[in-house]
Amino acid sequence: MRHLLSAGDLSLAEATSILDVAEEMHAIQDRPIKKLPTLRGRTVINMFFEDSTRTRTSFEMAGKWMSADTINISAKGSSTSKGESLRDTMLTLDAMGTDCFVIRHGSSGAVAQAASWVRAHVVNAGDGTHEHPTQALLDAFAIRRHLRAGGDDAFEGRTIAIVGDLLHSRVVRSNVLLQRTLGSRVVLVAPPTLLPTGVEQWGCEVTNDFDAVVDEADIVMMLRVQRERMHGGFFPTAREYTELYGLTPERLARLRPGAAICHPGPMNRGLEISSEAADATNSLILDQVTAGVSVRMSVLYHLLGGSPE
Amino acid sequence: MRDLLITGARLADGTTGDLAVSAGRFVEASGVHDAERLDADGLLALPGLVDPHTHLREPGREDAETIATGTLAAARGGYTAVHAMANLDPVTDTAEAAEHLLALAARDAHAEVVVVGSVTKGLAGEELSEMGLMHRSSAGVTMFSDDGRCVMDSLVMRRALTYARTFGGVVAQHAQDTRLAGPGACCHESEISGRLGLPGWPAQAESAIIARDVELTQLTSGRLHVCHVSTAEGVEVIRWAKSRGVNVTAEVTPHHLYLGTREVESFDTTFKVNPPLRTDEHLEAVREALADGTIDMVGTDHAPHARQDKDHPFDVALPGMLGLEQALAVVIEVMVSTGRLDWAGVVDRMSAAPASLTGSTTQGRPIAVGEPANLVLVDPAARAVVDRDRTASKSRNNPYHGRDLPDPVVATVWAGRLTHRR
Repeated sequence: MRHLLSAGDLSLAEATSILDVAEEMHAIQDRPIKKLPTLRGRTVINMFFEDSTRTRTSFEMAGKWMSADTINISAKGSSTSKGESLRDTMLTLDAMGTDCFVIRHGSSGAVAQAASWVRAHVVNAGDGTHEHPTQALLDAFAIRRHLRAGGDDAFEGRTIAIVGDLLHSRVVRSNVLLQRTLGSRVVLVAPPTLLPTGVEQWGCEVTNDFDAVVDEADIVMMLRVQRERMHGGFFPTAREYTELYGLTPERLARLRPGAAICHPGPMNRGLEISSEAADATNSLILDQVTAGVSVRMSVLYHLLGGSPE
Repeated sequence: MRDLLITGARLADGTTGDLAVSAGRFVEASGVHDAERLDADGLLALPGLVDPHTHLREPGREDAETIATGTLAAARGGYTAVHAMANLDPVTDTAEAAEHLLALAARDAHAEVVVVGSVTKGLAGEELSEMGLMHRSSAGVTMFSDDGRCVMDSLVMRRALTYARTFGGVVAQHAQDTRLAGPGACCHESEISGRLGLPGWPAQAESAIIARDVELTQLTSGRLHVCHVSTAEGVEVIRWAKSRGVNVTAEVTPHHLYLGTREVESFDTTFKVNPPLRTDEHLEAVREALADGTIDMVGTDHAPHARQDKDHPFDVALPGMLGLEQALAVVIEVMVSTGRLDWAGVVDRMSAAPASLTGSTTQGRPIAVGEPANLVLVDPAARAVVDRDRTASKSRNNPYHGRDLPDPVVATVWAGRLTHRR
């Protein structure tokens, strides 16, 4: 694998391999000394053209725990039509002998463009409203662990409901691609104003009625509603959104036994997810965060090679 | 300027003969002396092409294009006239700016430069620019456009159509309702934009403005030209307006005839253009409309951009692509080779119709003794792979790079002199 740009680029075998190696990496989190020599001498640059706390920290820890030289660059605002071009920024850092770029960018496609210009490996850490493949992988990792604890870790036949602002979500696009590869049934739930054009061609079921599917789901994945959307005329009020599309205590009570809750974070408690749901025993939200480091270690390992130990 | 004798050329009507040129006009064969001879055996001679929609970038962005390089690209594409859009720096919104542009053209141009004035001051969409003074100036401006931006305010558009009527002016609209798409809209709204997470323009952002504008044209008895029609819906509105006798003309670009929105899947910003590349049903609709005359003419919307303005994320890069050098090639590929348009049709859509926008007496004329000597010699069978580095343009945002296309233009004569010869 040269780059990880889209969850759609992963075959079932590749996705499974990333999840399996992530399991091996996961063990390191229980060790007193969290260090593997795997990527010693390799340089990973985390280029974040857009703010991020959890993704950047998690990639940084993943690189450091594998002994890579990890450098963080916060390049917010540096790529505008008036400043240095994205191409020049990437060529400059590539020329320094970087082995891998982990890139977060506010523009859809910017990471794929960057990958076309550089020698180094590139991991998409989120591009605009396009994709966030490592988020989908860590979601799958947390979900698989949850299913395994219930005795059967097969994705085949499982129903995953993804609820919220699908239009502006890179998480949903990567999750749809990956979950379909893994064999899940995906149901998308959103108000009609927050559905992407052509979503009916994504190979998922689509509905505007959360209540109609809430008791069918094995996994309910709630997406963040960004505050600025509330003034964009996408829905009337926060109150109405919560009533129709929030994971309220009432909907929480209707989840089938064994069903679990995911949220990529950061959460708007009280808007798309109630505190009761966020803190419920069947909430995987913190497991997702923990999974993030393991999965990103596995992704770096798959791109940069070497043996895990 | 040496006389010319072009031998053996076939005209669009099928007749073959020799063409003699002296002092800028076609003359009888006996009227030339010491003529430079061009063997046009097997070639077609068409009237020089006229582009109703060109961005020359001078003054203001001479790093992307100049009048010299842009009109040389025009000559290489078989054009003998281009309409220079007003979104320059300074904007062509005064008589002084119009005359300055004309003076630059007189010094540097390889084709006639027809000055287009802006509709509103500074393209701001608020106050009318000095349309009357631009018209009265030596530039004789009769076409006005804020192209690049839509005149969004209905009342401003109404006033422009009304005011331009006094001197027979035409208002050319970039029809695009900016409120119907998000701020970062950068491609056609479709399944592809939804999947790529790129904010898109719905087709109705175009057709809704065309519908409003044809109603305003009816109201004002004005004259409307619709720039770069790209949608089936836009075509339908124009067809309906023409059936009601509204004084409207329309153009389509080579890229909207040939390239589809799937090009953006690569995130290659060469393919970022406004209006955006559309889906197949729209391509089919604009081809059909150009064939049946609902769309009157081809306009290149030649939009050179310096590399540093394209090497950005897709939503940030400047929109626009080159067009002058490949326009005829594209029309041959999608319209002539497919039988949708014959050569007389090509002459109408690419020369006579665009020349009539401003009532030109020098362009779009037939090839006949006494007429201005503007012509292009065409080899209809030649093909070549387009190389963006083999260009007269200063820019390289050529969307046809690497494609096998007709390579028709053998020579171009503007006002009696050879401006291009292969």
